[in-house]
Amino acid sequence: MQDYVIEVENLSASYRKTPVIEQIAFKVKPGTLTGIIGPNGAGKSTLIKTMLQLHPSLTGEVTFFGKHYKSVKKRIGYVPQRGSVDWDFPTTALDVVLMGLYGKIGLMKWPRKEHKRRAYEALEKMGMATYASRQISQLSGGQQQRVFLARALAQDADIYFMDEPLAGVDAATERAIMKILKELKEQRKTVMIVHHDLQTVAEYFDWVLLINRTVIAHGPTDKAFTKENIIKTYGGNLKWIKEVERRVVHSVQ
Amino acid sequence: MTYSAWIILTASLVGLSCGLIGVFLILRKMAMMADAISHTVLLGIVLAYIITRETSGVYMVIGGIFAGLLTAYLVQWLHSLEVQHDASMGIVFTTLFAIGVILIATSTGNAHLDVQHALMGEITFIPFNTVTIPGIGEMPKATFLLLIIFSVVSLFLLLFYKEWKITSFDPALAASLGIPVAFFHYLFMSLVSVTTVAAFDAVGAIMVVAMLITPPASAYLWTDRLSIMLLLSGTFGVLSAVLGYALAVWIDTSISGSMAFATGLIFIASFLFAPKHGLIAKYVRPTSN
Amino acid sequence: MSSILFSSNTQWVLLSTMILGIAAGTIGAIAYWRKQNLMSDALAHAALPGVVIAFLLSGEKKLYLLIIGAAASALIGAMFIQTITTVSRISEDTAMGMILSVFYGLGIMLLAVVNRSSSGNQSGLDSFIYGQAAAMTRSDVYTMLALASVVILFILLFFKEWKVYLFDPQFAKGIGISHRWMDILYTGLLVTTIVIGIQAVGVILIAALLIIPAVSARYWTESFKVMVLLSALFGGLSGALGTLISALGSGLPTGPFIVTAAATCFVIALIFGKERGLLIQKLHFNKQKGRYEKHAGQTAPVEKGGGMM
Repeated sequence: MQDYVIEVENLSASYRKTPVIEQIAFKVKPGTLTGIIGPNGAGKSTLIKTMLQLHPSLTGEVTFFGKHYKSVKKRIGYVPQRGSVDWDFPTTALDVVLMGLYGKIGLMKWPRKEHKRRAYEALEKMGMATYASRQISQLSGGQQQRVFLARALAQDADIYFMDEPLAGVDAATERAIMKILKELKEQRKTVMIVHHDLQTVAEYFDWVLLINRTVIAHGPTDKAFTKENIIKTYGGNLKWIKEVERRVVHSVQ
Repeated sequence: MTYSAWIILTASLVGLSCGLIGVFLILRKMAMMADAISHTVLLGIVLAYIITRETSGVYMVIGGIFAGLLTAYLVQWLHSLEVQHDASMGIVFTTLFAIGVILIATSTGNAHLDVQHALMGEITFIPFNTVTIPGIGEMPKATFLLLIIFSVVSLFLLLFYKEWKITSFDPALAASLGIPVAFFHYLFMSLVSVTTVAAFDAVGAIMVVAMLITPPASAYLWTDRLSIMLLLSGTFGVLSAVLGYALAVWIDTSISGSMAFATGLIFIASFLFAPKHGLIAKYVRPTSN
Repeated sequence: MSSILFSSNTQWVLLSTMILGIAAGTIGAIAYWRKQNLMSDALAHAALPGVVIAFLLSGEKKLYLLIIGAAASALIGAMFIQTITTVSRISEDTAMGMILSVFYGLGIMLLAVVNRSSSGNQSGLDSFIYGQAAAMTRSDVYTMLALASVVILFILLFFKEWKVYLFDPQFAKGIGISHRWMDILYTGLLVTTIVIGIQAVGVILIAALLIIPAVSARYWTESFKVMVLLSALFGGLSGALGTLISALGSGLPTGPFIVTAAATCFVIALIFGKERGLLIQKLHFNKQKGRYEKHAGQTAPVEKGGGMM
């Protein structure tokens, strides 16, 4: 097995004139759970999208298992932000999960029983089996997020990218998602997650990637997730630091 | 078959094809693309006429597909240059339509083409222009063309059913699964163009827009299931054709105008009475969640 | 030829399409920032039944009556779109497409009735579909001039209110600018511009005169004020040029030539525009790329100011 499953070198991307990420470089070991942390507009989502070629890169190289993205596409799962799709789309929870298997089913073929069984199992894992035939518009935000996670599980990838899967979900969903992520880690899968809640970083992730346009710090959580690095990442904004302290106090209560 | 029966059959085929394809059009948030393509198809037909000096079905369809794809491509291109999506459509379709009208006014000598016909259609004349199909017998040319288009549209929708679903719902996921999203976008635009050209000659641009958008929107209020939405939308399309024809005969007026209006009547009924997402249902049980 | 160009009627028509272009460019810039570019297209089509009903009721073709009918019908269309979007799960573009085609269908139905029953006003339809500025009478021209001036005046008078309304509605509320009233004023001005434009540019193409100049202007400037001015300039230019060219031939429709003129402005802006044109973008892209490649392997350039966006 290789030492690193993801290698990023000198990656830059921009929206028109504005550079969003600049010279990003890091390497990820297999079986790790990395939190991508940074302020709004730091380029967290853009980083993921650029790595997966959903956004054009200006410079740089990204490899997975030492290969280019195109040849290992099927081993990579992506969970976009919940708000990126229209939940009024006329379809059921099971059907959305089934979509994760479309790449495997192949062009022009219809899903078979076996595929439906796998999709159902993924829903079951997320505690959503009873909602399988429910219309997605009738699910709560947390339930929608679980459906998205189930879809990623059904894909049975080796590397997962997730864009804020814990944003705006209820406590039960958060617990369910974290449980699954731990399981993935135990199966030696590699997961990178965009995360916004600083209080839970130390508890949830064994690695962190702090970015603000470029990499500020990358390493095991206990080493890299320090106060200095956080301040550096968030631009030393005093108002913001107070906010952290307030939140910390809040979480202690 | 009688004169009226042919007209109703032809319009029903338009309703059916448009109703089916329109479902994905509105789910892809591209309703106004129907408006755009239905106008630019005129340019395709004019160009086909200028090159071949014929207004036959095949050349028209090819010209129409060309114009439709050109529209889709230009809109996409402008959008990629950060022009707002609806502004890109507005720029592209008005410009191409304007060029079409200028070409008609200056170089075709108004011989067999006129804009008014294209916009309103001349469904009344359809039954007179017939063609003999071996094994079936004599039938109107336009009806035959629409029959073919309907088969093509249904075939493509069925073959790639799950691809249409995923590329409409979550194109980013589709792309990450290796499904060629751009290819399906242009294939879809070709289907819209083909349907539009075929329907264009029979019922005119405006009724095409009405048939592409309104029946699917009505169906969207009745169901949360894609397959049922497709069935309902097709049914509403046919219903609009029949209702519109009756209306036109009753007050002795434009058939295609009445059919467009009839799609609106069905929408109003759905808007008020649809059990799932209609207005009254909302008042009866204010919070469904 | 010169006699056509300089006949006093052509001059009046020219003046009116120019003012129309200026009004359309100005209100178009506001529509652009409201992200409602295609609304003008929907409302123009929705005006048709009103035009026909006004004609049916009055029995004669008086521009101001047709304008009132058109405006009423377009406003009803706007209300429908608003209601459908807010009350149901139907999205705005779908609602616009429906109103556009259904209202237009109704208009065609009524028109067929008119053509059958009345003395027959066949030419009226043509000029409403693709615009025939040459068919305008002197009193039509006056009506148009007056209304276009009103639109321009309202936008100039409340310029800073528009700006706040578009960019910071929250703040606007704070300083006592009623969002509701600005909405109503906006819709009123939009509908007025559309209905006076129908006579000159036509139902189908009037949207172009609101959309294209505004988008073109965006390529030259980052300032809202300059954008509105440029948009007005491009609109006026397109109106005048289109009318001139169509006056050269006999019976040529005005609308398509106005649109083609506007499209030419757009293509020039797209390529050469100072702020977002293709050439300048290519330059920026190469510059950035070069910068990163030069720095590759070194540490990231530290920039002052840190936090962005």
